[in-house]
Amino acid sequence: MGSSVEARPLALEVKGLSVGFDGTTVIDQLSFDVPHRSALAIIGPNGAGKSVLMKALIGVLPSKGDITWEANTRIGYVPQKLDIERDLPITGGDFLRAKAAVVRAPKGAVEDALVLVGLKPESVQKPIGALSGGQFQRLLVAAAFIGQPTVLLLDEPTAGVDEPGQDTLNQTLERLRNERGLTILYISHDLSVVYQYATNVLCLSRGHTCFGTPKTVLTPQLLQDLYGAKVAYHVHDDARP
Amino acid sequence: MTLDLNAILLSIGAGAAAGLVGCFAVMRRMTLAADAISHIALPGIGVAILLRIHPIIGGVAALLVGTLLVWGIENRTRLATETIIGVVFSTALAIGSLITSGDQLIEALFGGVGHLTTLETTFGLVFALGVIVFVVRQRQRLVLALVSPEIAQTSGIKVARLNLYFLLVFALTIALGLRYLGVLLVGSLVIIPAATAKRLAQSLRGMLLISIFFSVASTTLGTGLSFALHRAPGSMIVLVAASFFVLSLLRGAGGRAASTRANAS
Repeated sequence: MGSSVEARPLALEVKGLSVGFDGTTVIDQLSFDVPHRSALAIIGPNGAGKSVLMKALIGVLPSKGDITWEANTRIGYVPQKLDIERDLPITGGDFLRAKAAVVRAPKGAVEDALVLVGLKPESVQKPIGALSGGQFQRLLVAAAFIGQPTVLLLDEPTAGVDEPGQDTLNQTLERLRNERGLTILYISHDLSVVYQYATNVLCLSRGHTCFGTPKTVLTPQLLQDLYGAKVAYHVHDDARP
Repeated sequence: MTLDLNAILLSIGAGAAAGLVGCFAVMRRMTLAADAISHIALPGIGVAILLRIHPIIGGVAALLVGTLLVWGIENRTRLATETIIGVVFSTALAIGSLITSGDQLIEALFGGVGHLTTLETTFGLVFALGVIVFVVRQRQRLVLALVSPEIAQTSGIKVARLNLYFLLVFALTIALGLRYLGVLLVGSLVIIPAATAKRLAQSLRGMLLISIFFSVASTTLGTGLSFALHRAPGSMIVLVAASFFVLSLLRGAGGRAASTRANAS
């Protein structure tokens, strides 16, 4: 696991984390570390508890065990989907301004966030429900950037985004991680992206968890164990098969 | 019977408060809750009449206790809010109708005309102002919690506490309209103008302003009509509000079809 160079402070330390609902354990005794400026990819089949883990990490789901964020951590969170009505008269701009006001972001934070994710100011004048899948996803990422987060948690940030858009978004995240020293945790189904951008991988599957660098973790045998079928992935491909 | 200044002032204040609170109630899908929560006022009114204190004081007390009860049950159990509301508030209605009788019951259910004292009007206006200030100051937090409770939580909002404050303000708004509209109709004052605004608006600001406009228009026009036609104000206010909603259906249908075409092209 992590490098053995002098101890860097951790962005996040998780020890013996268990999360369950109504008597069913979804996550059992999970432990892992997230060093500063690292990118942790969380992978696993549907229903393995990836989103549940993220919600436990941000404190909206009750859990047992220790979750220790570094002092003064500011989290930007991108949920997988929103539970809102499509005809809500709230525009993308309303949503971003609300986030900016709540976190007391400086003037211009909304405009900066739009530039970062490549959204035109005109497109956030429409109600959220009228945005395309890609615009909507960028809006969520833009909201996460407002408030100068030190850590980003993204639940499938590129779902519904076209391929050029996915590449741009992934490259933006990677650039910000390097330039601003962000720590990033993301859930992904795209193993080529995980291989390309993740510094560490956490895999979740019922009764099977693993943690390590992509090279040590993403072996064909392990992927087969994890997903229960042969999974092909292309290290240098920029597109999914 | 003449239309007095107190009635006009209070209908403007209560209308504006209901219009603002209604927007968030409608967007939070509390349409059913609005009607049901108002029922909890009935046993309070009944007890107040028995104790010979002002019925509205009993109504307000019961509303606040009921709201805390709903919030508490919601946070401690996994029951759906609608189930809780269904059980708690039908029980309240049953108890209320047992201890309130005859004309008093009819007035509590459908509202009455009565003369407003300056003290009542002052209290009403102070409450209305409190509700308006709350919604205006908290609107950004309410929007964030509405769009995503998780994003709200990571932005430092205590979502459960914000929900409680909103429910209490909601109950206070219901209390404001209780005297005129009665237990059965007061929920519509909160919901109908906001539902109309939701159909017509394209942004948050638009919805809040349109909702206030229709709500104040309904309360003032309804109050005026009730004096002119010698009818109960509650029914007139709700009928005016409902007429605006029906008109918005015509306008809304056209607007929607146009925007669908715009998306398709």
